[in-house]
Amino acid sequence: MDFKPCVTIRKEWDIVGARQLGRKHAKELGFGTVDQARIATAISELARNIYLYARTGTICFEVIDELDKKGLKIVAKDNGPGIRDISQVMQDGYSTSGGLGAGLPGVKRLMDFFEIRSDSEKGTEIEAIKWLR
Amino acid sequence: MPERVQKIIIENSDIIIKNWLEIVSEKRQNDYTSSISEELFQSTNREFVNMIFASLEQQGLTKDLEEFSERLVNLGWPLSYLTDGLQTFRRVVIDFVLGQTDKIDTDYFSVILDRVDSWVDPIINKLVNEYSGNWEHTVSLQRVALQELSAPLIPVMRNITIMPLIGTIDTERAKLIMENLLEGVIKHNAEVVLMDITGVPVVDTMVAHHIIQAAEAVRLIGSNCILVGIRPEIAQTIVNLGIDLGKFPTKSSLRKGFETALELTNRKIIRQKDSASAIEEMIESLDKE
Ligand SMILES: Nc1ncnc2c1ncn2[C@@H]1O[C@H](COP(=O)(O)OP(=O)(O)OP(=O)(O)O)[C@@H](O)[C@H]1O
Ligand SMILES: [Mg+2]
Repeated sequence: MDFKPCVTIRKEWDIVGARQLGRKHAKELGFGTVDQARIATAISELARNIYLYARTGTICFEVIDELDKKGLKIVAKDNGPGIRDISQVMQDGYSTSGGLGAGLPGVKRLMDFFEIRSDSEKGTEIEAIKWLR
Repeated sequence: MPERVQKIIIENSDIIIKNWLEIVSEKRQNDYTSSISEELFQSTNREFVNMIFASLEQQGLTKDLEEFSERLVNLGWPLSYLTDGLQTFRRVVIDFVLGQTDKIDTDYFSVILDRVDSWVDPIINKLVNEYSGNWEHTVSLQRVALQELSAPLIPVMRNITIMPLIGTIDTERAKLIMENLLEGVIKHNAEVVLMDITGVPVVDTMVAHHIIQAAEAVRLIGSNCILVGIRPEIAQTIVNLGIDLGKFPTKSSLRKGFETALELTNRKIIRQKDSASAIEEMIESLDKE
């Protein structure tokens, strides 16, 4: 495990900042252009959800650089209202904001590992990992 | 005795200015103005302090002050140069006046403070207002410039229009794209609009949603929207996101999109025997991927 820099999401343009930092890590780790685009897009979805539904939160990165596995972990954390029914938000097309409802199920498909922890008091924490192959 | 205080200050302006210049120069060691040349720094300091004195002598703020602050904004000097400078000035003057009096009672002390405050505070207020007003003005100009760039429409040929998009799309820009697209389609009487996303770094669900809506709206007013410039990695992420772009035509390159646009408007490229046709050349030059 390596350093853990975070980007605070407060305004819409912070999403771009998070995306750029994530892409930079991905590039340095040796991900190809397609995976870089997948990672940047996943960050965009998670950061935008924070901006839209929790107003503020953080996107943190963890570079996993071990002998047998390398990858990039994204941790999106907020203290917002939380997600009551996780299986519902993981359905394609479910949106409470008139969006496509493709964000969260999309992130799951874009990445290799995906986990949501959420509760109405603490907010939401989403972890996603892309492994370098 | 405010007049007396003022008299002391004006009569000793040389010493006060000298003290102030010393402190300001000393403080400069570790601060934000380090990139400014020593010469410019000193001459600006002198101008600044003379301006402060002019406003005391003329019993009010001067036009020079406005121009001075405007110039500093344009040169990119930080506001804190002005506010710190004035706070230092306040201290220097009070110290000096107090040093001139043998016995200080509280009444006299508060008279001095009042006099100096009523001199320095309006300048601070004025400068802060000028400064923020100038910044707002600059920012709003840049905003307008950016907006003009953010969703341009190019009518390349009768009934065919291209919207090349370059750079990040945020919600504000996404709205502009929609507005300009619809306005442009009507204005240029376009039958086909090619929306080129070659230069858009990330197409996430928000961007995709807006593109879908814009294309749908174009269709509703009786034209066709073709999405072009979908880079391979963007195509893959769109598929991963599970977004269905099947409802309207997409083409990988502007060139292919343009050919389709020609077909849709009942035209085609005819190759001439020796030299490539003008249209062909034009397409070649458009297709720079
Ligand atoms: N961090 C969060 N805190 C609270 N609720 C959230 C959070 N993230 C997502 N949600 C809820 O989950 C729903 C689904 O999210 P998802 O990102 O899949 O779709 P969306 O944001 O509605 O649309 P889009 O396709 O543009 O992303 C949201 O509409 C919202 O109600
Ligand atoms: Mg979303």
